[in-house]
Amino acid sequence: MKMEAEKRFDTVDMMLNMGPQHPSTHGVFRMVLTIDGEKIVAVEPHIGYLHRGTEKLCEGEYYLQIVSLFDRLDYISSFNNELAFVIAVEKLMGIQVPERAEYIRVIMCELNRIASHLMFYAAFGADAGAITPFLYAFREREQIQSVFEAVSGARMMHNYFRVGGVIEDLPPDFGDRMNKLIPKLKQGIQECDDLLTGNEIFIARAKGVGAISAADAIDFGMSGPNLRACGVLEDIRRSEPYSVYPTLDFDIPAGQNGDCWDRYMVRMEEMRQSLRIVEQAIAEMPQGPVIAPQVRKIVKVPKGEVYVRVENPRGDFGVYLISQGGDKPYRVKIRGASFCNLMTLKKLLQQCYVADCVVVLGSLDIVLGEVDR
Amino acid sequence: MTEHAAPTPSAPVDPKLELMANLLKDIFAPFEPEMGYAIDEVSLTISPKDIVAACKLAKENEELKFDYLRCLSVVDYEEHFQVVYHLYSMKKHHKMVLKVNLPKDNPRVSSVVSVWKGADWHEREGAELFGVTFEEHPNLAPLLLYEGFEGYPMLKSYPLGPYEDGS
Repeated sequence: MKMEAEKRFDTVDMMLNMGPQHPSTHGVFRMVLTIDGEKIVAVEPHIGYLHRGTEKLCEGEYYLQIVSLFDRLDYISSFNNELAFVIAVEKLMGIQVPERAEYIRVIMCELNRIASHLMFYAAFGADAGAITPFLYAFREREQIQSVFEAVSGARMMHNYFRVGGVIEDLPPDFGDRMNKLIPKLKQGIQECDDLLTGNEIFIARAKGVGAISAADAIDFGMSGPNLRACGVLEDIRRSEPYSVYPTLDFDIPAGQNGDCWDRYMVRMEEMRQSLRIVEQAIAEMPQGPVIAPQVRKIVKVPKGEVYVRVENPRGDFGVYLISQGGDKPYRVKIRGASFCNLMTLKKLLQQCYVADCVVVLGSLDIVLGEVDR
Repeated sequence: MTEHAAPTPSAPVDPKLELMANLLKDIFAPFEPEMGYAIDEVSLTISPKDIVAACKLAKENEELKFDYLRCLSVVDYEEHFQVVYHLYSMKKHHKMVLKVNLPKDNPRVSSVVSVWKGADWHEREGAELFGVTFEEHPNLAPLLLYEGFEGYPMLKSYPLGPYEDGS
Protein backbone atom coordinates (compact mmCIF):
# COMPACT_ATOMS: atom_id res chain seq x y z
CA MET A 1 0.00 0.00 0.00
CA LYS A 2 2.77 2.37 1.00
CA MET A 3 4.76 1.36 -2.04
CA GLU A 4 1.85 2.23 -4.27
CA ALA A 5 1.48 5.67 -2.73
CA GLU A 6 5.16 6.35 -3.34
CA LYS A 7 4.80 5.23 -6.89
CA ARG A 8 1.89 7.53 -7.45
CA PHE A 9 3.90 10.58 -6.37
CA ASP A 10 7.00 9.64 -8.31
CA THR A 11 8.16 12.63 -10.34
CA VAL A 12 9.74 12.39 -13.72
CA ASP A 13 12.32 14.87 -14.98
CA MET A 14 11.07 16.77 -17.96
CA MET A 15 13.06 17.72 -21.04
CA LEU A 16 12.56 21.28 -22.19
CA ASN A 17 13.97 22.45 -25.50
CA MET A 18 14.97 26.10 -25.95
CA GLY A 19 16.01 27.36 -29.33
CA PRO A 20 17.61 27.26 -31.81
CA GLN A 21 15.67 30.41 -32.60
CA HIS A 22 14.45 31.49 -29.21
CA PRO A 23 14.66 35.31 -29.11
CA SER A 24 16.58 35.35 -25.84
CA THR A 25 19.42 33.16 -27.05
CA HIS A 26 21.28 36.06 -28.67
CA GLY A 27 21.65 34.31 -31.99
CA VAL A 28 21.05 30.78 -33.13
CA PHE A 29 21.73 28.73 -30.04
CA ARG A 30 19.88 25.78 -28.59
CA MET A 31 19.88 24.33 -25.13
CA VAL A 32 18.09 21.29 -23.83
CA LEU A 33 17.11 21.66 -20.20
CA THR A 34 16.27 18.78 -17.91
CA ILE A 35 13.93 20.17 -15.29
CA ASP A 36 12.50 18.88 -12.07
CA GLY A 37 9.48 21.08 -11.49
CA GLU A 38 10.83 24.61 -11.66
CA LYS A 39 14.44 23.64 -10.98
CA ILE A 40 16.99 22.96 -13.69
CA VAL A 41 18.76 19.64 -13.10
CA ALA A 42 20.98 19.55 -16.17
CA VAL A 43 21.55 21.50 -19.35
CA GLU A 44 23.01 20.46 -22.67
CA PRO A 45 24.03 23.39 -24.90
CA HIS A 46 24.03 22.81 -28.67
CA ILE A 47 26.17 25.14 -30.74
CA GLY A 48 27.44 25.24 -34.29
CA TYR A 49 24.47 26.76 -36.12
CA LEU A 50 26.68 29.63 -37.27
CA HIS A 51 29.79 27.56 -37.99
CA ARG A 52 31.44 28.89 -41.14
CA GLY A 53 34.77 27.14 -40.82
CA THR A 54 36.64 30.41 -40.35
CA GLU A 55 39.83 28.60 -39.30
CA LYS A 56 39.81 26.55 -42.49
CA LEU A 57 39.01 29.60 -44.61
CA CYS A 58 41.99 31.42 -43.09
CA GLU A 59 44.31 28.75 -44.48
CA GLY A 60 43.28 29.66 -48.01
CA GLU A 61 43.42 33.45 -47.81
CA TYR A 62 46.16 36.06 -47.88
CA TYR A 63 46.99 37.70 -44.56
CA LEU A 64 45.37 40.92 -45.72
CA GLN A 65 42.11 39.15 -46.50
CA ILE A 66 41.96 37.33 -43.17
CA VAL A 67 41.38 40.60 -41.30
CA SER A 68 37.91 40.75 -42.84
CA LEU A 69 37.18 37.19 -41.68
CA PHE A 70 38.03 38.20 -38.12
CA ASP A 71 35.45 41.01 -38.31
CA ARG A 72 32.82 38.36 -38.67
CA LEU A 73 33.67 36.38 -35.56
CA ASP A 74 32.53 38.61 -32.75
CA TYR A 75 30.61 41.06 -34.91
CA ILE A 76 29.74 43.30 -31.97
CA SER A 77 33.40 44.08 -31.32
CA SER A 78 35.11 43.72 -34.68
CA PHE A 79 37.98 46.10 -33.94
CA ASN A 80 39.18 44.01 -31.01
CA ASN A 81 39.21 40.84 -33.11
CA GLU A 82 41.14 42.52 -35.91
CA LEU A 83 43.66 43.73 -33.36
CA ALA A 84 44.41 40.21 -32.10
CA PHE A 85 45.15 38.96 -35.60
CA VAL A 86 47.27 41.89 -36.76
CA ILE A 87 49.33 41.77 -33.55
CA ALA A 88 49.98 38.07 -34.13
CA VAL A 89 51.25 38.72 -37.67
CA GLU A 90 53.31 41.71 -36.54
CA LYS A 91 54.96 39.64 -33.81
CA LEU A 92 55.97 36.96 -36.28
CA MET A 93 57.29 39.53 -38.73
CA GLY A 94 58.91 41.68 -36.04
CA ILE A 95 57.21 44.86 -37.25
CA GLN A 96 57.26 48.01 -35.14
CA VAL A 97 53.90 49.78 -35.50
CA PRO A 98 53.99 53.62 -35.68
CA GLU A 99 52.85 55.21 -32.45
CA ARG A 100 49.97 57.12 -33.97
CA ALA A 101 48.54 53.89 -35.35
CA GLU A 102 48.74 52.27 -31.90
CA TYR A 103 46.76 55.15 -30.40
CA ILE A 104 44.16 55.02 -33.16
CA ARG A 105 43.79 51.28 -32.54
CA VAL A 106 43.32 51.77 -28.81
CA ILE A 107 40.73 54.53 -29.32
CA MET A 108 38.76 52.36 -31.73
CA CYS A 109 38.98 49.28 -29.52
CA GLU A 110 37.82 51.13 -26.43
CA LEU A 111 34.94 52.82 -28.26
CA ASN A 112 34.09 49.36 -29.49
CA ARG A 113 34.11 48.09 -25.93
CA ILE A 114 31.60 50.76 -24.93
CA ALA A 115 29.39 49.96 -27.92
CA SER A 116 29.60 46.28 -27.07
CA HIS A 117 28.76 46.76 -23.40
CA LEU A 118 25.85 48.99 -24.39
CA MET A 119 24.60 46.11 -26.50
CA PHE A 120 24.94 43.87 -23.43
CA TYR A 121 23.04 46.39 -21.34
CA ALA A 122 20.27 46.56 -23.94
CA ALA A 123 19.88 42.82 -24.27
CA PHE A 124 20.29 42.09 -20.58
CA GLY A 125 17.56 44.56 -19.69
CA ALA A 126 15.28 42.91 -22.21
CA ASP A 127 16.18 39.47 -20.86
CA ALA A 128 15.16 40.58 -17.38
CA GLY A 129 11.88 41.95 -18.72
CA ALA A 130 12.66 45.64 -19.23
CA ILE A 131 12.29 46.93 -22.79
CA THR A 132 13.09 50.64 -22.31
CA PRO A 133 16.84 50.12 -21.62
CA PHE A 134 17.10 48.65 -25.10
CA LEU A 135 16.03 51.96 -26.63
CA TYR A 136 18.32 54.03 -24.41
CA ALA A 137 21.36 51.90 -25.14
CA PHE A 138 20.79 51.86 -28.88
CA ARG A 139 20.47 55.63 -28.92
CA GLU A 140 23.96 55.90 -27.39
CA ARG A 141 25.44 53.08 -29.45
CA GLU A 142 24.28 54.73 -32.66
CA GLN A 143 26.53 57.74 -31.99
CA ILE A 144 29.54 55.47 -31.67
CA GLN A 145 28.57 53.57 -34.80
CA SER A 146 28.53 56.80 -36.80
CA VAL A 147 32.06 57.59 -35.61
CA PHE A 148 33.10 54.12 -36.77
CA GLU A 149 31.51 54.82 -40.12
CA ALA A 150 33.36 58.13 -40.45
CA VAL A 151 36.68 56.48 -39.60
CA SER A 152 36.52 53.14 -41.39
CA GLY A 153 33.69 53.58 -43.87
CA ALA A 154 31.58 50.85 -42.31
CA ARG A 155 29.28 50.72 -39.32
CA MET A 156 30.14 47.08 -38.73
CA MET A 157 32.76 44.73 -40.27
CA HIS A 158 35.20 47.63 -40.41
CA ASN A 159 38.25 45.96 -41.96
CA TYR A 160 40.25 48.98 -40.80
CA PHE A 161 43.35 47.54 -39.11
CA ARG A 162 46.25 46.41 -41.26
CA VAL A 163 49.39 44.48 -40.52
CA GLY A 164 51.72 47.29 -39.46
CA GLY A 165 49.10 49.92 -38.63
CA VAL A 166 45.73 51.06 -39.93
CA ILE A 167 44.58 51.57 -43.52
CA GLU A 168 44.31 55.37 -43.36
CA ASP A 169 44.48 58.25 -40.93
CA LEU A 170 41.50 59.54 -38.97
CA PRO A 171 39.18 61.97 -40.77
CA PRO A 172 40.03 65.68 -40.23
CA ASP A 173 36.93 66.34 -38.12
CA PHE A 174 37.60 63.41 -35.78
CA GLY A 175 38.74 65.65 -32.89
CA ASP A 176 35.60 67.80 -33.09
CA ARG A 177 33.39 64.76 -33.28
CA MET A 178 34.99 63.23 -30.21
CA ASN A 179 34.80 66.47 -28.26
CA LYS A 180 31.05 66.40 -28.80
CA LEU A 181 30.67 62.64 -28.38
CA ILE A 182 32.48 62.06 -25.08
CA PRO A 183 30.32 64.33 -22.86
CA LYS A 184 27.22 62.98 -24.57
CA LEU A 185 28.30 59.40 -23.94
CA LYS A 186 29.12 60.15 -20.32
CA GLN A 187 25.66 61.54 -19.83
CA GLY A 188 24.11 58.70 -21.81
CA ILE A 189 25.82 56.01 -19.75
CA GLN A 190 24.71 57.77 -16.58
CA GLU A 191 21.12 57.84 -17.88
CA CYS A 192 21.29 54.12 -18.64
CA ASP A 193 22.66 53.53 -15.16
CA ASP A 194 19.88 55.57 -13.55
CA LEU A 195 17.22 53.81 -15.55
CA LEU A 196 18.01 50.19 -14.71
CA THR A 197 20.57 49.79 -11.94
CA GLY A 198 18.42 50.85 -9.01
CA ASN A 199 15.27 49.14 -10.25
CA GLU A 200 13.94 46.86 -7.54
CA ILE A 201 12.58 44.23 -9.92
CA PHE A 202 15.84 44.16 -11.86
CA ILE A 203 17.88 43.76 -8.67
CA ALA A 204 15.65 40.89 -7.58
CA ARG A 205 16.12 39.20 -10.95
CA ALA A 206 19.91 39.56 -11.01
CA LYS A 207 21.28 39.51 -7.47
CA GLY A 208 22.38 36.11 -6.23
CA VAL A 209 21.33 34.45 -9.49
CA GLY A 210 23.73 32.22 -11.44
CA ALA A 211 26.73 32.61 -9.14
CA ILE A 212 30.05 30.88 -9.77
CA SER A 213 33.17 30.77 -7.60
CA ALA A 214 36.46 32.23 -8.80
CA ALA A 215 38.19 28.82 -8.73
CA ASP A 216 35.47 27.20 -10.84
CA ALA A 217 35.44 30.10 -13.28
CA ILE A 218 39.20 29.85 -13.88
CA ASP A 219 38.95 26.06 -14.21
CA PHE A 220 36.31 26.45 -16.94
CA GLY A 221 38.42 29.04 -18.76
CA MET A 222 36.04 31.92 -18.08
CA SER A 223 37.50 35.33 -18.79
CA GLY A 224 36.78 39.01 -19.18
CA PRO A 225 34.05 40.81 -17.21
CA ASN A 226 32.53 37.44 -16.30
CA LEU A 227 35.71 36.39 -14.51
CA ARG A 228 36.30 39.79 -12.94
CA ALA A 229 32.77 39.60 -11.51
CA CYS A 230 34.07 36.69 -9.37
CA GLY A 231 36.66 39.01 -7.85
CA VAL A 232 39.65 37.98 -9.97
CA LEU A 233 41.59 41.07 -11.05
CA GLU A 234 42.68 39.63 -14.38
CA ASP A 235 42.77 41.92 -17.39
CA ILE A 236 45.07 41.15 -20.30
CA ARG A 237 45.53 44.88 -20.91
CA ARG A 238 47.39 44.81 -17.58
CA SER A 239 48.76 41.28 -17.14
CA GLU A 240 50.09 40.81 -20.68
CA PRO A 241 49.99 44.37 -21.99
CA TYR A 242 49.90 45.04 -25.71
CA SER A 243 49.76 48.18 -27.86
CA VAL A 244 50.03 51.40 -25.75
CA TYR A 245 47.97 50.20 -22.77
CA PRO A 246 50.94 50.34 -20.35
CA THR A 247 51.08 54.14 -20.76
CA LEU A 248 47.38 54.63 -20.07
CA ASP A 249 45.78 55.01 -16.70
CA PHE A 250 42.62 53.02 -15.95
CA ASP A 251 41.09 50.92 -13.21
CA ILE A 252 39.98 47.31 -13.43
CA PRO A 253 36.54 46.97 -11.87
CA ALA A 254 35.75 43.69 -10.14
CA GLY A 255 32.81 42.13 -8.35
CA GLN A 256 32.65 39.77 -5.39
CA ASN A 257 30.01 37.12 -5.78
CA GLY A 258 30.25 36.22 -9.46
CA ASP A 259 26.49 36.44 -9.94
CA CYS A 260 24.47 38.11 -12.71
CA TRP A 261 24.37 41.35 -10.76
CA ASP A 262 28.17 41.56 -10.47
CA ARG A 263 28.61 40.74 -14.14
CA TYR A 264 26.27 43.63 -14.94
CA MET A 265 27.95 46.08 -12.55
CA VAL A 266 31.46 45.27 -13.81
CA ARG A 267 30.43 46.11 -17.35
CA MET A 268 28.73 49.36 -16.36
CA GLU A 269 31.95 50.51 -14.68
CA GLU A 270 34.10 49.29 -17.57
CA MET A 271 32.29 51.63 -19.94
CA ARG A 272 33.36 54.59 -17.80
CA GLN A 273 36.93 53.31 -17.66
CA SER A 274 36.97 52.91 -21.43
CA LEU A 275 35.88 56.52 -21.81
CA ARG A 276 38.79 57.49 -19.57
CA ILE A 277 41.16 55.59 -21.83
CA VAL A 278 39.71 57.22 -24.95
CA GLU A 279 40.12 60.70 -23.45
CA GLN A 280 43.76 60.06 -22.53
CA ALA A 281 44.56 58.44 -25.86
CA ILE A 282 43.15 61.39 -27.81
CA ALA A 283 45.14 63.82 -25.69
CA GLU A 284 48.40 61.88 -26.04
CA MET A 285 48.09 60.81 -29.67
CA PRO A 286 51.11 62.04 -31.66
CA GLN A 287 51.18 63.04 -35.33
CA GLY A 288 52.97 60.86 -37.84
CA PRO A 289 52.53 57.91 -40.17
CA VAL A 290 49.79 55.36 -39.51
CA ILE A 291 51.32 52.31 -41.17
CA ALA A 292 54.80 50.82 -41.00
CA PRO A 293 56.73 51.55 -44.21
CA GLN A 294 58.09 48.04 -44.76
CA VAL A 295 54.66 46.42 -45.15
CA ARG A 296 54.01 45.33 -48.72
CA LYS A 297 50.65 44.69 -50.37
CA ILE A 298 51.19 40.93 -50.19
CA VAL A 299 52.32 40.23 -46.65
CA LYS A 300 54.83 37.39 -46.37
CA VAL A 301 55.37 36.00 -42.91
CA PRO A 302 58.52 34.11 -41.89
CA LYS A 303 58.34 30.62 -40.44
CA GLY A 304 57.28 30.46 -36.82
CA GLU A 305 54.39 30.29 -34.41
CA VAL A 306 52.89 32.71 -31.93
CA TYR A 307 49.97 32.84 -29.55
CA VAL A 308 48.49 36.28 -28.99
CA ARG A 309 45.60 37.20 -26.75
CA VAL A 310 43.84 40.49 -26.30
CA GLU A 311 41.19 41.71 -23.88
CA ASN A 312 38.10 41.61 -25.99
CA PRO A 313 34.89 43.11 -24.48
CA ARG A 314 33.89 39.50 -23.84
CA GLY A 315 37.21 38.38 -22.42
CA ASP A 316 40.31 36.55 -23.47
CA PHE A 317 40.37 36.40 -27.27
CA GLY A 318 43.31 34.33 -28.50
CA VAL A 319 44.86 33.66 -31.88
CA TYR A 320 47.32 30.82 -32.41
CA LEU A 321 49.05 31.55 -35.69
CA ILE A 322 51.45 29.13 -37.36
CA SER A 323 53.33 30.19 -40.45
CA GLN A 324 55.49 28.00 -42.65
CA GLY A 325 56.62 31.04 -44.61
CA GLY A 326 54.73 32.43 -47.57
CA ASP A 327 51.67 34.58 -48.02
CA LYS A 328 49.09 32.34 -46.35
CA PRO A 329 49.08 30.96 -42.80
CA TYR A 330 49.52 27.24 -42.16
CA ARG A 331 47.09 27.13 -39.27
CA VAL A 332 45.00 29.69 -37.42
CA LYS A 333 43.32 28.59 -34.22
CA ILE A 334 40.85 31.04 -32.78
CA ARG A 335 40.08 30.91 -29.08
CA GLY A 336 36.80 32.73 -28.74
CA ALA A 337 36.08 34.32 -25.39
CA SER A 338 32.37 33.55 -25.73
CA PHE A 339 33.16 29.93 -26.63
CA CYS A 340 34.84 29.37 -23.26
CA ASN A 341 32.41 31.52 -21.30
CA LEU A 342 29.51 29.54 -22.70
CA MET A 343 31.09 26.31 -21.46
CA THR A 344 30.36 27.43 -17.90
CA LEU A 345 26.62 27.50 -18.62
CA LYS A 346 26.33 23.87 -17.49
CA LYS A 347 27.66 24.82 -14.09
CA LEU A 348 25.83 28.16 -13.82
CA LEU A 349 22.39 26.77 -14.57
CA GLN A 350 22.50 23.85 -12.17
CA GLN A 351 19.89 24.31 -9.45
CA CYS A 352 18.66 27.52 -11.10
CA TYR A 353 14.99 28.15 -11.75
CA VAL A 354 13.75 27.85 -15.32
CA ALA A 355 12.70 31.50 -15.20
CA ASP A 356 16.28 32.53 -14.46
CA CYS A 357 17.99 30.68 -17.28
CA VAL A 358 17.38 33.50 -19.76
CA VAL A 359 18.86 36.05 -17.35
CA VAL A 360 21.92 33.86 -16.69
CA LEU A 361 22.54 33.34 -20.40
CA GLY A 362 22.12 37.06 -21.02
CA SER A 363 24.56 37.92 -18.26
CA LEU A 364 27.33 35.94 -20.00
CA ASP A 365 27.06 38.26 -23.01
CA ILE A 366 27.86 35.72 -25.70
CA VAL A 367 28.11 36.35 -29.42
CA LEU A 368 27.41 33.23 -31.41
CA GLY A 369 29.58 34.34 -34.32
CA GLU A 370 32.57 33.84 -32.06
CA VAL A 371 31.29 30.67 -30.39
CA ASP A 372 30.69 28.83 -33.66
CA ARG A 373 33.41 30.47 -35.76
CA MET B 1 63.36 18.60 -41.49
CA THR B 2 60.72 18.56 -44.20
CA GLU B 3 58.93 21.66 -45.38
CA HIS B 4 55.84 21.24 -43.21
CA ALA B 5 57.42 20.18 -39.95
CA ALA B 6 56.61 21.97 -36.71
CA PRO B 7 58.35 25.38 -36.64
CA THR B 8 60.02 25.34 -33.23
CA PRO B 9 63.45 26.96 -33.11
CA SER B 10 65.81 25.27 -30.68
CA ALA B 11 67.34 28.43 -29.20
CA PRO B 12 65.49 31.06 -27.15
CA VAL B 13 64.57 34.16 -29.15
CA ASP B 14 64.52 36.34 -26.05
CA PRO B 15 67.26 35.88 -23.39
CA LYS B 16 64.69 36.53 -20.62
CA LEU B 17 63.00 33.30 -21.58
CA GLU B 18 65.99 31.27 -20.51
CA LEU B 19 65.12 31.59 -16.84
CA MET B 20 61.65 30.16 -17.43
CA ALA B 21 63.10 27.51 -19.72
CA ASN B 22 65.55 26.33 -17.06
CA LEU B 23 62.82 26.19 -14.42
CA LEU B 24 60.54 24.17 -16.68
CA LYS B 25 63.40 21.90 -17.72
CA ASP B 26 64.05 21.01 -14.07
CA ILE B 27 60.43 20.44 -13.10
CA PHE B 28 59.50 18.45 -16.19
CA ALA B 29 62.76 16.46 -16.25
CA PRO B 30 61.01 13.10 -15.54
CA PHE B 31 59.08 13.48 -18.83
CA GLU B 32 62.24 14.10 -20.87
CA PRO B 33 60.85 17.11 -22.71
CA GLU B 34 62.13 18.50 -25.98
CA MET B 35 62.51 22.25 -25.50
CA GLY B 36 61.27 24.77 -28.07
CA TYR B 37 60.56 28.48 -28.26
CA ALA B 38 57.75 30.49 -29.81
CA ILE B 39 58.58 34.24 -29.87
CA ASP B 40 57.73 35.00 -26.24
CA GLU B 41 57.13 31.65 -24.59
CA VAL B 42 58.72 28.31 -23.90
CA SER B 43 57.25 25.13 -25.33
CA LEU B 44 57.85 21.57 -24.14
CA THR B 45 57.17 18.59 -26.36
CA ILE B 46 56.54 15.43 -24.38
CA SER B 47 55.36 11.91 -25.01
CA PRO B 48 51.54 11.55 -25.42
CA LYS B 49 51.36 8.90 -22.69
CA ASP B 50 52.57 11.42 -20.10
CA ILE B 51 50.19 14.25 -20.95
CA VAL B 52 47.75 13.92 -18.04
CA ALA B 53 50.57 13.53 -15.50
CA ALA B 54 52.44 16.49 -16.97
CA CYS B 55 49.32 18.69 -16.95
CA LYS B 56 48.58 17.74 -13.35
CA LEU B 57 52.15 18.64 -12.42
CA ALA B 58 51.89 21.97 -14.27
CA LYS B 59 48.70 22.79 -12.43
CA GLU B 60 49.70 21.67 -8.95
CA ASN B 61 53.41 22.51 -8.73
CA GLU B 62 53.91 25.40 -6.29
CA GLU B 63 56.29 27.22 -8.59
CA LEU B 64 54.15 26.85 -11.70
CA LYS B 65 50.45 26.90 -10.72
CA PHE B 66 49.15 26.81 -14.29
CA ASP B 67 45.49 27.02 -13.33
CA TYR B 68 44.14 28.41 -16.59
CA LEU B 69 44.04 26.65 -19.96
CA ARG B 70 44.37 29.47 -22.48
CA CYS B 71 43.80 27.32 -25.51
CA LEU B 72 43.92 23.75 -26.74
CA SER B 73 44.59 23.33 -30.44
CA VAL B 74 45.16 20.48 -32.84
CA VAL B 75 47.51 21.05 -35.78
CA ASP B 76 47.79 18.77 -38.81
CA TYR B 77 51.46 18.65 -39.79
CA GLU B 78 52.74 16.64 -42.68
CA GLU B 79 54.29 13.90 -40.55
CA HIS B 80 52.15 13.93 -37.44
CA PHE B 81 49.33 15.58 -35.55
CA GLN B 82 50.24 17.96 -32.79
CA VAL B 83 48.03 18.80 -29.83
CA VAL B 84 49.09 22.12 -28.30
CA TYR B 85 48.17 23.17 -24.77
CA HIS B 86 48.65 26.88 -24.06
CA LEU B 87 48.78 27.37 -20.31
CA TYR B 88 48.69 30.44 -18.12
CA SER B 89 48.87 31.04 -14.39
CA MET B 90 46.47 33.56 -12.90
CA LYS B 91 48.46 33.55 -9.67
CA LYS B 92 52.01 33.80 -11.03
CA HIS B 93 51.22 35.57 -14.32
CA HIS B 94 53.47 33.40 -16.43
CA LYS B 95 52.84 31.12 -19.35
CA MET B 96 54.05 28.03 -21.16
CA VAL B 97 53.15 25.68 -23.97
CA LEU B 98 52.89 21.88 -23.80
CA LYS B 99 52.88 19.86 -27.00
CA VAL B 100 52.39 16.22 -27.88
CA ASN B 101 52.92 14.63 -31.27
CA LEU B 102 50.48 11.93 -32.39
CA PRO B 103 50.86 9.51 -35.28
CA LYS B 104 48.84 10.13 -38.45
CA ASP B 105 47.09 6.78 -38.28
CA ASN B 106 44.91 6.35 -35.22
CA PRO B 107 45.78 9.56 -33.31
CA ARG B 108 44.89 9.06 -29.63
CA VAL B 109 45.70 11.01 -26.52
CA SER B 110 44.20 11.11 -23.02
CA SER B 111 41.73 13.86 -22.27
CA VAL B 112 42.75 16.60 -19.83
CA VAL B 113 39.18 17.47 -18.80
CA SER B 114 40.04 15.94 -15.41
CA VAL B 115 42.71 18.65 -14.98
CA TRP B 116 40.95 21.68 -16.49
CA LYS B 117 37.20 21.49 -17.12
CA GLY B 118 37.68 24.15 -19.78
CA ALA B 119 39.32 21.58 -22.06
CA ASP B 120 35.91 20.00 -22.71
CA TRP B 121 34.73 21.80 -25.86
CA HIS B 122 38.22 22.32 -27.25
CA GLU B 123 38.73 18.56 -27.26
CA ARG B 124 35.32 17.90 -28.75
CA GLU B 125 36.18 20.35 -31.50
CA GLY B 126 39.54 18.68 -32.10
CA ALA B 127 37.89 15.27 -32.30
CA GLU B 128 35.24 16.47 -34.70
CA LEU B 129 37.37 18.56 -37.05
CA PHE B 130 40.62 16.53 -37.01
CA GLY B 131 39.60 13.02 -35.97
CA VAL B 132 41.85 12.95 -32.92
CA THR B 133 40.42 10.70 -30.19
CA PHE B 134 40.63 12.15 -26.71
CA GLU B 135 40.40 9.10 -24.47
CA GLU B 136 38.39 9.19 -21.24
CA HIS B 137 36.62 12.36 -22.34
CA PRO B 138 33.20 12.41 -20.61
CA ASN B 139 31.27 13.12 -23.82
CA LEU B 140 33.16 13.32 -27.08
CA ALA B 141 30.04 14.08 -29.14
CA PRO B 142 30.22 16.26 -32.28
CA LEU B 143 29.99 19.96 -31.49
CA LEU B 144 30.05 22.31 -34.46
CA LEU B 145 29.22 20.53 -37.71
CA TYR B 146 25.75 19.57 -38.85
CA GLU B 147 24.40 16.10 -38.18
CA GLY B 148 25.58 13.50 -40.63
CA PHE B 149 28.66 15.43 -41.82
CA GLU B 150 31.31 13.01 -43.01
CA GLY B 151 35.06 13.52 -42.88
CA TYR B 152 37.36 15.78 -40.93
CA PRO B 153 37.28 19.21 -42.58
CA MET B 154 40.32 20.75 -40.87
CA LEU B 155 42.72 18.14 -42.26
CA LYS B 156 45.11 19.45 -44.88
CA SER B 157 43.93 16.62 -47.15
CA TYR B 158 40.35 17.93 -47.05
CA PRO B 159 39.76 20.32 -49.97
CA LEU B 160 39.11 23.94 -49.11
CA GLY B 161 36.24 24.29 -51.55
CA PRO B 162 35.53 26.35 -54.64
CA TYR B 163 38.55 28.55 -54.04
CA GLU B 164 40.93 25.73 -54.90
CA ASP B 165 39.14 23.25 -57.12
CA GLY B 166 37.58 25.96 -59.31
CA SER B 167 34.02 24.57 -59.18
